[in-house]
Amino acid sequence: MTKKRTINFSVPYYLWLVLFVIAPVILLIFESFTNLHGQFTLANYKSYFGSGTYLRMTFNSVFFAFIVTLITLAISYPMAFIMSRLKHAQFWLMLVILPTWVNLLLKAYAFIGLFAQKGTINDFLTFVGIGPQQIMFTNGAFMAVAAYLEIPFMIMPIFNSLVEMDQSLVNAARDLGATKWQTVWRVIVPLSMNGVRAGVQAVFIPTLSLFMITRLIGGNRVITLGTAIEEHFMVTQNWGMGSTIGVVLIVAMAITMYVTRDRKGGGKA
Amino acid sequence: MKKLIHLSLAILVVVAALFGMRAWFTHLENRSVGNSDQPQGKRTLTIYNWGDYIDPSILKSFQKETGYRVDYETFDSNEAMYTKIKQGGTHYDIAVPSEYMVEKMRQDNMLEPLDHSKLTGLKNYNPAFMNEPFDPKNKYSVPYFWGTLGIVYNDKFIKPGEIKSWNDLWRPEYKQQIMLVDSARDIMGMTLASNGKSVNTKNLPDLAAARGKLTTLMPNVKAIVADEIKTYMAQDEAALAVDYSGDAAEMMSRNSHLHYVVPNDGGNLWFDNLVMPKTVKNKAAAYAFMNYMSRPDIAAKNAEYVGYATPNQAAWQRLPKATRDNPSWYPPKVVLSKLETYQNLGPTWTQRYNDDFLEFKMTNQ
Repeated sequence: MTKKRTINFSVPYYLWLVLFVIAPVILLIFESFTNLHGQFTLANYKSYFGSGTYLRMTFNSVFFAFIVTLITLAISYPMAFIMSRLKHAQFWLMLVILPTWVNLLLKAYAFIGLFAQKGTINDFLTFVGIGPQQIMFTNGAFMAVAAYLEIPFMIMPIFNSLVEMDQSLVNAARDLGATKWQTVWRVIVPLSMNGVRAGVQAVFIPTLSLFMITRLIGGNRVITLGTAIEEHFMVTQNWGMGSTIGVVLIVAMAITMYVTRDRKGGGKA
Repeated sequence: MKKLIHLSLAILVVVAALFGMRAWFTHLENRSVGNSDQPQGKRTLTIYNWGDYIDPSILKSFQKETGYRVDYETFDSNEAMYTKIKQGGTHYDIAVPSEYMVEKMRQDNMLEPLDHSKLTGLKNYNPAFMNEPFDPKNKYSVPYFWGTLGIVYNDKFIKPGEIKSWNDLWRPEYKQQIMLVDSARDIMGMTLASNGKSVNTKNLPDLAAARGKLTTLMPNVKAIVADEIKTYMAQDEAALAVDYSGDAAEMMSRNSHLHYVVPNDGGNLWFDNLVMPKTVKNKAAAYAFMNYMSRPDIAAKNAEYVGYATPNQAAWQRLPKATRDNPSWYPPKVVLSKLETYQNLGPTWTQRYNDDFLEFKMTNQ
């Protein structure tokens, strides 16, 4: 293939990138510097970083996203590890993926049925004599639902990295006298770090901007940046401020990607 | 490579088959309402309404009677509707904004003036609900429903008569018991009313006082939710809710322990109105729909389904006596006279109301 042909083939790809990735981001940044009357202003950023409300909200979002990622990882890693060693691994993986075929809202409503005052869990608590507890609209409920929704996206990359791992390295570690734990900790975990990184990125970033769940399950007692963006675009019609928060989110994502990047030399995968 | 091509071809075939089926279904639907399907634009009426805000059987009978095919789309907030119409690319013939949004759309030149000679049902409306300040002489809009903002209580937890005014919500014994509807204008408005101020205030100290007062309500607030509030209240999830009269009617039909009170210290009186946006494609059909909806029998049927109060005097007379004289739905003049409709505040003040509300939502616990 000549060089010219290669360029021709890449044109649609670049066009796609420019139209649907670069142009929207530029528009977003441009919009974030305009006020309600369409004039250029820095006021959006000033009010974002100047007001306690937005900073607290940002802190809240990051905090919740962080905890949700942690919960997800704590559940997913052992699960992926066990699954990768089971006989019908693909079947179990299928079971994990299955819930992602169900619409997100349906799953949220199912949780309402579980958590409500007269829901299944409270029925059980009443039955064993503890009495109904307030579960809906608590931070715990929000984090549980968010973690449940994100688990498949964490398991899949970890599972793949565990399956693709060169099994002879594990055998070698055992041959050379490593204990079971040492093998897991010194060989398997470092080798699966790529999967963990991908999983963390796939969970942390969407959790930062979750917004339906904050209202349905969190009853707006949990506010994330996603809620604020929705509010500014749909209710306040202050697109400038909404875009500003959008830009902040993009920056946060870039930071996440940077922190979780594949460092050369480190864990030598 | 070959496999990839085969797969792509298979997907294309499926898409083509689905497309054909869709055309077939449209054809069937057109035929079922006695409609020739060729001149599509002329036979279709596109309605943009709030979710669950019309008796579906009325849409059916309208199609049967007039031969128009109805394309029905829904929105869940005035602002969402405004944004969508403003962005263009839509061709709605009928939309249903609330009063302040009628004012805003009128100012932004997004509404088509109505030709009163083509409206046959205007005489049915109660003059008390016509010619309101948001649309003098009803040049652009015809009222569809009206209602109030009030308090729903569950008599399992709250004694009847305990709740009379907005200020009662602040009582310490209602800790973690109140659900609020997620709407800046309504919640700020009810706080302003509880202070005896106008729900349209543009006075900074009044607004600041209201925001401060609202923050002190947070310990009593269980959740701030949207449409789900109806399900939650029907399931005894909370004792009290601040919500619209029509939502209340729906909850009460699902749970007989619920009751609705219009507080006696003022608040909001709202109207939803039929308008013709500038995007209108089929004016004849839009007029036909407006006339159909203003017929007393249809308006009464719709009011019974939706549960809000009808501005149609002739329809009101057809309602069951229990509904007609119920002060929750048709409050007495003394209460009514204290209620205000929302005015369009303009972007700066709307922003201020919304910022205050967002800040209130951020005050956790």
